[in-house]
Amino acid sequence: MIGPLKIERRLDSPKWLKVAVPIASVFLAAIIVGILLLATGHNPFSTYHQMYSASVTADGALSSTFVYATPMLFTGLCAAFAFRMRTWNIGGEGQLYMGAVGASATGLVLGSWPRPLLIIAMILGGAFAGMLWAEIPALLRAYLRTNEILTSLMLNYVAGFFMYYLIYDSDSYWRDLTTPGASVFPTGKSLVPNASWPGITIGSVTIPMGFVLGIGLAVALLGLIRSTRYGFEMRVMGDSPQAANYSGIRTKRKILSVMAISGGIAGIAGSSQIGDFGHVLDPRGLEQAQYGYTGIVVAALALYNPLAVVLVSLLIGGLTNAGFALEGPSFPTGLVGTMEGIILFTVLGGEILARYRIGLRHRAPTKVGPAPASVTATGAAS
Amino acid sequence: MNSNVILAVLVSAIAFGTPLVLAGLGELLAERSGVLNLGVEGMMLMGAVCAFCVSQKLHWSSPLVLLLAVLASMVAGGAMALIHAFLTITIRVNQIVSGLAITIFAGIIGLSSYLGQVWNIGGVAGKHQFNDLNLFGLKNLPIVGPLIFNEDAFVYASWVLVVAVMFYLYRTRPGLYLRAVGENPAAADAMGINVIAYRYTHTLIGGMLAGLGGAYFTLALAPIWTDGLTAGDGWIAIALVIFAFWRPDLLVLGAYLFGIFSALGPTLQTRNITVLPSEFYSALPFLMTVVALAAASTSWANRRVGTPASLGIPYTREEG
Repeated sequence: MIGPLKIERRLDSPKWLKVAVPIASVFLAAIIVGILLLATGHNPFSTYHQMYSASVTADGALSSTFVYATPMLFTGLCAAFAFRMRTWNIGGEGQLYMGAVGASATGLVLGSWPRPLLIIAMILGGAFAGMLWAEIPALLRAYLRTNEILTSLMLNYVAGFFMYYLIYDSDSYWRDLTTPGASVFPTGKSLVPNASWPGITIGSVTIPMGFVLGIGLAVALLGLIRSTRYGFEMRVMGDSPQAANYSGIRTKRKILSVMAISGGIAGIAGSSQIGDFGHVLDPRGLEQAQYGYTGIVVAALALYNPLAVVLVSLLIGGLTNAGFALEGPSFPTGLVGTMEGIILFTVLGGEILARYRIGLRHRAPTKVGPAPASVTATGAAS
Repeated sequence: MNSNVILAVLVSAIAFGTPLVLAGLGELLAERSGVLNLGVEGMMLMGAVCAFCVSQKLHWSSPLVLLLAVLASMVAGGAMALIHAFLTITIRVNQIVSGLAITIFAGIIGLSSYLGQVWNIGGVAGKHQFNDLNLFGLKNLPIVGPLIFNEDAFVYASWVLVVAVMFYLYRTRPGLYLRAVGENPAAADAMGINVIAYRYTHTLIGGMLAGLGGAYFTLALAPIWTDGLTAGDGWIAIALVIFAFWRPDLLVLGAYLFGIFSALGPTLQTRNITVLPSEFYSALPFLMTVVALAAASTSWANRRVGTPASLGIPYTREEG
């Protein structure tokens, strides 16, 4: 059907391919972007060298790579968990915003609490807000079968405008109304020093508390998917909703819970933005970073494995860090997204290598009747 | 709200709705063939940036430059669609993830922004643009004058396109085959229809129309390039197809309804009528999309919907 190529489904995909495919796709993407750089009059080698230096070897570069990797770890887990369960939560971006709104409110209200309790409250505040926001598309999906891809995505924009309203266009609780400068340039209220999360410093590198928390979450998620009844039922539902229905799995409840967990994780990304880094609700900064959408790239490159998300978040975090550090005429702003997109294309194509054996046709294709509808339908799983 | 304001809202609703009509029609054709394309937003941005580049860099007569700019936008959108088609139709990658990849690749922090910077076209006013035509000299008629007889060529082209797509879908043999491919590719294949070719063609046309929708921003609506200027219209276009039940006639109505939601904020703001905060008006199209999607999935609507049965499912003959 596709010229001389023959594509067959592999019965078992070799384990080494699962590691080789993402690594090869990153290299392939680097080559393709190198060609693009050449074509637009940049030297790819010096550009890559600058990027490596800006994200790894320069003074404080690694610490700042962790700054970008931390939110991506959370949003990557958010997307990886939901996508793995075939629930298409594209709303990580908005859930992160709402998490930041929730966590900063918690931090402001409970400012007098002792530090450990305050930090826990902020984590929970963000998670809860992200969860609530994710339940809107989840409820629509569960009870009306409304496509969650589009509803969760639309709510990203709504959450973004809501954040802007709080800081720029209202006298909200989040907005700083007392400092003289704040009436000219609207900003959010700063949190008390106690509300900033402690980092772990190893040598010259500071690892934010959020990143450590993210690793813990990744391990927990892997356990949940691999070794609990819940995870098993979720996988059945992802692979075959009909089978899940017949075997008595309550599909509505599962959708609500997957979205709650996924949204909660994205919400903690918002908590970490407030607690680890900003200490203030900054709509513009959060929106420009696009951490929620980048999480989808992280999840796909990690082949939806939570532990792999930890490593990939550092890679994409480094890339983003380099992008922001080098931004200027010699380093176009869109390069990072372009590269992420190409990495996605190559990893998607590579995944096919893992699932199908591709070879040349040996003989002219014989006339074969069409597959019965039921056979065709199994293609939906891929 | 006096009638002046209502008319002003309606007039700019047509402007805001036109990119939705174009991109929505493209998505409708792709989905009718069974391919879900979530890359519309990225394709629109690529169309917008390429069209604007051509219109800024060429120094020929305005109509020629504009024509080439329009072509450039269609090539750009089509090129993105080709990637999506290859990934989803030929090597059968998940359509949702592939579409998202296109939007990240081409989108606000991706290739469209890269090209805008490399070509150095950001933030300056356009040299050429599509002007309102004053058709038959009737623009001064009350109400219908500004609404129907005073639009730019893009708007008229989109109206022609809607009729053409309706005729194609419901009155021609290829249109019938297209619907068959979307509903039951195996049966279509058995009839001798080339399923793969149909899907490729309509995904490509979809991308070209998305590119055209993007070009409307930089050639007519507000001729200037800024990163991410489509601001979510690509996503609304995808949603429109769903709650228009995959029908071109309802799609146009939906597009102008959403044009009204988009026009409300700016129109009221320029007249200093502020009832609600501006963020509410900005969020309105997105909120209404959620509402409309929910309404379209109620059981009442479900009995009438025409979701192509094979939407999102790759086709294989399962041959040896």
